[in-house]
Order: sequence, then C-alpha cells, then structure tokens
Amino acid sequence: MFPIVHTRRLSDAVFEMGVEAPRIARKARAGQFLILRVDATGERIPLTFSDWSAEEGWIRFIFMQVGKTTHKLSHLEVGDSLADVVGPLGVPTHTDELGRVAVVGGGVGAAVAYPVARAMAEAGADVTVILGARTADLLILREEFEALPVKLIVCTDDGSAGEKALVTAPLKALCEEGAIDHAMAIGPAVMMKFCAETTREFGVPTTVSLNPIMVDGTGMCGACRVTVGGETKFGCVDGPDFDGHAVDFEELMSRQRVYNEEEREADAEYARGCQCHQ
Amino acid sequence: MSSVEQGTGAEKPRHKPSRGPRVSMPERPAAERAQDFAEVPIGYTEEMAHAEAMRCIQCKNPTCIEGCPVNIDIKSFIAHMIDRDYPAAVAVLKERNALPAICGRVCPQEEQCEIVCVLARKGEPVAIGRLERWLGDYDLACELEGRCVPEVAPATGNRAAIVGSGPAGLACAGELARLGNAVTIFESLHATGGVLTYGIPEFRLPLDIVEAEIDMLAQMGVEIVTDAVIGATYTLDELMGEEGFDTVFIGAGAGLPVFLGIPGENLNGVYSANEFLTRVNLMRAYEFPHADTPVARGRKVAVVGGGNVAMDAARTALRLGAEEVFLVYRRTEDEMPARREEVHHAAEEGVAFKMLCSPVEIVGREGFVTGMVANRMELGEPDDSGRRSPVCVMGSEFEIECDTVIIAVGTRAHPLVTQTAPDLELSSRGYIHTNDDGATNLPGVYAGGDIVTGAATVIEAMGAGKKAARAMDRWMRERG
Ligand SMILES: Cc1cc2nc3c(=O)[nH]c(=O)nc-3n(C[C@H](O)[C@H](O)[C@H](O)COP(=O)(O)OP(=O)(O)OC[C@H]3O[C@@H](n4cnc5c(N)ncnc54)[C@H](O)[C@@H]3O)c2cc1C
Ligand SMILES: Cc1cc2nc3c(=O)[nH]c(=O)nc-3n(C[C@H](O)[C@H](O)[C@H](O)COP(=O)(O)OP(=O)(O)OC[C@H]3O[C@@H](n4cnc5c(N)ncnc54)[C@H](O)[C@@H]3O)c2cc1C
Ligand code: SF4
Ligand code: SF4
Ligand code: FES
Repeated sequence: MFPIVHTRRLSDAVFEMGVEAPRIARKARAGQFLILRVDATGERIPLTFSDWSAEEGWIRFIFMQVGKTTHKLSHLEVGDSLADVVGPLGVPTHTDELGRVAVVGGGVGAAVAYPVARAMAEAGADVTVILGARTADLLILREEFEALPVKLIVCTDDGSAGEKALVTAPLKALCEEGAIDHAMAIGPAVMMKFCAETTREFGVPTTVSLNPIMVDGTGMCGACRVTVGGETKFGCVDGPDFDGHAVDFEELMSRQRVYNEEEREADAEYARGCQCHQ
Repeated sequence: MSSVEQGTGAEKPRHKPSRGPRVSMPERPAAERAQDFAEVPIGYTEEMAHAEAMRCIQCKNPTCIEGCPVNIDIKSFIAHMIDRDYPAAVAVLKERNALPAICGRVCPQEEQCEIVCVLARKGEPVAIGRLERWLGDYDLACELEGRCVPEVAPATGNRAAIVGSGPAGLACAGELARLGNAVTIFESLHATGGVLTYGIPEFRLPLDIVEAEIDMLAQMGVEIVTDAVIGATYTLDELMGEEGFDTVFIGAGAGLPVFLGIPGENLNGVYSANEFLTRVNLMRAYEFPHADTPVARGRKVAVVGGGNVAMDAARTALRLGAEEVFLVYRRTEDEMPARREEVHHAAEEGVAFKMLCSPVEIVGREGFVTGMVANRMELGEPDDSGRRSPVCVMGSEFEIECDTVIIAVGTRAHPLVTQTAPDLELSSRGYIHTNDDGATNLPGVYAGGDIVTGAATVIEAMGAGKKAARAMDRWMRERG
C-alpha cells in the first residue's frame, strides 16, 4: 500500500496528489511516469511525475478527472492509500545540451512540463515555457513556473489570462524570430500535433510526450503501440518521448478512443454510487 | 513386453496391475463451460485416482521418468498411490516438482512423460499428469489446513533476490528457502505468478491454486515485493550492492509480444495475446464494469497462431461472448504446436479452425477492425526441421470479416532487466546466456526459465529455477 501524504485541488477537474514511495522517489527523473492502481479492482493507469523528493521519500503527480479511475482518485485524501504504485517507467526526457528551448505545456500537460522545464533549466538550457489552457480557471502551476529560472508566456483560448491565443501562436513567433533550437510539447494529442506542425516548417526539432493507453507499462502487452517514422514503437518503454515530426498523431488519437463507450459506462455507473455530484 | 515385471529379479511386483482402460477425466459439458471461466476438467475422485494408479505396471525400466524434464520418480510416486500412502507420494513428487497441482494441469504430458510410458506402446499410457494433479490438489488441501509446510533448514544467514514470480522464480525461491536462505522475490506487476496468473486462463488453471502455492512460499518465510521493476525501481547492481543480496536469480520470462508487421496492425481491436489475456485474467475485464479495466468483446474474433497461447486466447474470446471465433494458422492442424487436449477442448467449445491461411493485412473503418485479408497456403517440401513449410498460393487472397484480431505468434525476451545490466552476457536474440547450473557470466547472478530458453514450458522453467537454487546455495556457502 502507498499512503497518500498530500492532496491539492488545482482547478475544477485537476488535482495534485503526493504518495509515500521512497524507492520510486530515489529514481524518478523528469519525463518519467508511474502506473497506479487505486484498489483491488482498479485499472492500471499511467501518470507522469510532477515532482518528487528523494530525501523525504515522496512522489507527486497531477491528474485531470476524466473517467472512473481519476474520479475515484479525486475522492481520496491524506491518510488513504493507493493499492499499487510502480515506477519510474519510461525513458527520462533528454535535457542536456538543448541550447534555447521552448517547452509547451497545454492543460494538464503543464504538470509534466513543470519538472521537464526545471530539469532543462538545471542542465543549463535557456528555457521559454508556453503555458496554455482553455480558460484562466484551468491554468495550473502558474506560480510554480514563475519561480523557475525560465521565461514564461501564458495564453488562454478565451483571453481570460495571459494572451488570447492558442499555444501554437507564441511557439510560431519564437520560431520566426529564430529564438529556439528545440521545442518540447506536452499536452493533449491534438495540441502536440499542431505544435509539431508549427515547428516543422522551421525545421526546429520537436519532442512530444505521448500518452497512449497502457496496461503494464513495462513492454509486455503492446497496448501502447504508436507509429513513429513508419515503425511501431511501444510508448511505455521506447517513449513516452518521441520525435514529434515523425509521430502518426491520427493513429494515436484513434487508439486513445478505443474504449470511449466502455469508459463512459464505467464512470456513469461509478458516479451513480458516488456522492460528489449530488 | 520386455520391461513388464514377471516376478523375476530383485524387485517383486507390488501389485496386480489393473487391465482396465485409462480412467477418463470428468469434464464439464462444452456448452456450459464455454459460458464461464471455471475450470473445464473436474478432476479425479480418490477412487478414480487409485484405479488409474493401479494400471501402472511398475516397470523395471520406467521409461516414463526420462520423459519428464525434471525426472520425477513417477514409478515411485505411483507405487505410493497404489498403497494409498498419499503423503509419501507427494513427498516423491516434491523432490523434483515444487508445484504439482500446477504441472499436473498444464504440463504437455502427452509428449513428455506419458508418450514414453511403456503402456503407451500397447494402447493407453498411465494418466501420469492426472495423477499428479490429484496429488497436487490433495497436498494443497493439506497445506491449507496448515499440516504440511515443507521443513526449512537452519538459517544460513545468506540472502537471495529473485527477479520475477513466474514458475522459474517461484521454484527457485521455494528451494532456496527450504535450504535455509532468506529469499525476497521482486515482481514488476501487482500480482505474482507470471504467466500462471496473467496468461493461462482460469478455466485451465484456477487462480486460487496459484495463490495457494504462493501462500505456501510466504509461510516458508519468502518475502514478496510486488510493484518492483528490476531495471527501473532497482537495478541488478543495486540488488547485489546496496540492497545487500548475496546472489540474484533472474526469471523475468519472455514476455515481449511479437506482432506480424502487416498493415493495419495498430487498428483498434487488434490485440497481442498478452494484452488480451492480461486484460481478462490479470485485470479481470470479464467483470467489467465492476472491475475497472475494459476489453473489446468482439462478435467475430480472429486469433492468429496455433500454440497454447492461441488456444487460450480463442477460448477466452468465446467466453467473453463472441458469436464466432476462428483460429487462423499457416500450416495444418497436425503441425499446430498446441497441446492436443487443448485443441480438442477448443474445437468442442466451438472454435473454428481456418488452416493454411496467412494474414497479409488487417483492414478497418474509422480506426476499428472490420476484417482480415489472408492468403491461402499449401504445404511444400519438408524443411531442415523436417516440417513441411507453408508456401503461399499465388492470387489466393481473400477477406475474412471480423471485429477483433488477436495475435498469438510468439514472444521475445523481456529486455528491461538486461538493458540496465550491460555486462550480462546475452545470446544474439536477447536471452540470457547461462551454464547448465543457470550461472550467468556475472558472479552470483543466475537465470532460468523463458528468459534463458525462450518461450518453453512451466515444468522446464521450474526445473531451471530449482537447479539454479541449488547452485546458488552452494555458491553462497562456498563464498562463506
Ligand atoms: C505516459 C503517460 C503519462 C500520462 N500522464 C498524465 C498526467 O500526468 N496527468 C493526467 O491527468 N493524465 C496523464 N495521462 C493520461 C491518464 O493516464 C488518463 O487520463 C487516465 O488513464 C484516465 O483514466 P480514467 O479511468 O480516469 O479515465 P477513462 O475513462 O478510463 O479514460 C479517459 C481517457 O483516458 C485515456 N486512458 C484510459 N485508460 C488509459 C490507460 N490505461 N492508459 C493511458 N490512457 C488511458 C483514454 O484516452 C481515455 O479516452 C498519461 C498517460 C500516459 C500514457
Ligand atoms: C497463454 C499461455 C499459455 C501457456 N500454456 C502453457 C501450458 O499449457 N503448459 C506449459 O507448460 N506452458 C505453457 N505456457 C508457457 C509457460 O507459461 C512459460 O514457459 C512459463 O511461464 C515460463 O516461466 P518463467 O518463470 O520463465 O516466466 P514467466 O511466467 O513469464 O514469469 C516472469 C515474471 O517475471 C516478471 N518480470 C519480468 N520482468 C521483470 C522485471 N524487470 N522486474 C521484476 N519482475 C519482472 C513478469 O511480470 C512475470 O511475472 C503458456 C504460456 C502462455 C503465455
Ligand atoms: S512434471 Fe509434467 S512431465 Fe513431469 S511427470 Fe509431471 S506431468 Fe509428467
Ligand atoms: S507410468 Fe508407465 S512407464 Fe512408468 S512405471 Fe508405470 S507403466 Fe511403467
Ligand atoms: S503498456 Fe504494455 S507494452 Fe506498453
């Protein structure tokens, strides 16, 4: 069992959680993820480390409530425990010798962008963070980013915070100015796709952090397969980071939808027995 | 006739062998069992087991023993059964096989011990596997009542780490513990048992049997750490270094699924057998939405392959409610590597066989599978292995309608552990290289099971685990 030692609500549907997991905390690196199971009948879901402390033995992650598992998670409090947490999984994000880099964090992707931007800055990169959300209420971790040695550009679709723009607009501007040598995009698949489209014409190498459906997270099932440069890769062990210009995003998005109907059914059933919407 | 004892020589016949036919195994009716996940064979009663044991003629040269990969003294355990001394029979079994209730169920007996039983030449061999299963169950029932936890030797003060809790790891752990060592198993999944838990379905191997065997290890003092990926949570170096283990056994299995590499393979509805079986067995997707993990419940399911894994996937799909399940295999039924018994069970339950077909493309609409294009094959000249290899019939392409495709064409070595241990010597295909005792090129590091041999059998994995355990024990004692 993994005791929950911290919870915080970051926006209506986005939550931060910390659990005691000293072994994992010792090893976690930016860009890696964990797989958790809430309880004995739970699904195994992957979430990226948003922070960790090797000294204090905890790890944190940030999740958006989108279905049954994240819904269950959102009800847990300090003192409760998770049945399973395994990690760190995946290849850490490459942070060395990047020069000038733009890190785009869209929506809950900001949670992943945070440790990545921090690690890049620590490795000596000149980092510009583009933080985007649909609206101000959904913008997360703004203060945390402001405390990092990075340039911060905030934008929202509706202009309720920062610029009124999609994240691709400032990204494009940076490309046009020739201000970046590398880009990293983390967020919903469609956002990563458009970021990659944006940088492609400028020839700016772009890394994306993919989020295919997973089961074991250790290379055993192939649920997480993605096509990169015409080749099938396993997101969990070959990734989650890949060359954004080579990823088949249409396939990724299609594969993410495979259980939509079942998942709606499961969450609806769960919500009926759950007090939070009454 | 030569090896039939006629009362000459030192060994007197212990009994008058029965000339009755092989006692058949009661099974649940196909129509009933294809609806659920409960076990298909019901198992012998004591009287049935005894009657079957009585068929053994107690050969002077018991050829059966050589057929068993771990050389169980079959003749002797059957002799004890004849005398109805079951605890003694169990003791003989356990000298070589830590998990008889499991092997009695899943061993390909018909091509190991039973095929070389003297009686096989004249008709039907002794049902060695079924006897073993009965004894295993007898033993488990005793264990559950706490009557027969194996004796543990005085503590040696040595510590062994086991990577992976499949049959290789479990057998290794059990033997090391019995020899007085402190043992910790590290398993990357949340559940123990390896393929026994996530792969082989409950209708062939009920989970509570695997669990009972694992409980037994816990009673012997073996510590089990789940959610620990070696190569990620710990590296091999760390186990041998700061974690303070004297020796490590790697039993990580050959769990990496192989795909066909044909167009359309990433459409929704295409699964590796590993994913499909893991969702159903380990994650209990058949109880969805009570259990949270979904799985596609296909109407028409095509399973590609001809081994045990393909049979398990096909029969599982049927149990999830598919209207039609067919097996697509490149050769003919005769060449299928699956156990005859399983092929027979699958056919009885309604799995259809499309033989001499080779998929060339999976087709779909809006991201989901709608069918599979295959070529017809015919058997050509025998190849080096003596098997007639299939050759494609030109222009024979045809489409099969289906909404789910399960690929069961094999697995490869699991690379996670070995990737982080660069000095570990591997074979060209990524399997770990060991000597006969299971020792790798790294001092104190041993390996066994599918990660050494490639996909093989439960009993071979257990045999390797046990053999390595003895070598590890020696190594630790000699090192002092
Ligand atoms: C490497 C990786 C890192 C991720 N990091 C984060 C993160 O830091 N924060 C965050 O909020 N989300 C993250 N995700 C996505 C997160 O795993 C899903 O939102 C979560 O599984 C949803 O589960 P659910 O039961 O609540 O919703 P469901 O109703 O089951 O699913 C909602 C959607 O989530 C996706 N999903 C469902 N099951 C899985 C699964 N087993 N694996 C992957 N995706 C799935 C599907 O696209 C589905 O349409 C990450 C995914 C991956 C692969
Ligand atoms: C569907 C199916 C049906 C089968 N049917 C039969 C049958 O009827 N009869 C028969 O004899 N054989 C059968 N087999 C084959 C048999 O199951 C295997 O040969 C046997 O399980 C191999 O045992 P193992 O201990 O080497 O590996 P596995 O059983 O694969 O166990 C390996 C374990 O190691 C864990 N692991 C892997 N990597 C790590 C890591 N880095 N850190 C920690 N843990 C790790 C895995 O999660 C797993 O639990 C079948 C196989 C399958 C897949
Ligand atoms: S372990 Fe398998 S091969 Fe050996 S005697 Fe038992 S059933 Fe036969
Ligand atoms: S099992 Fe068969 S081979 Fe073995 S002793 Fe009995 S009759 Fe002989
Ligand atoms: S999640 Fe199973 S192989 Fe990647």
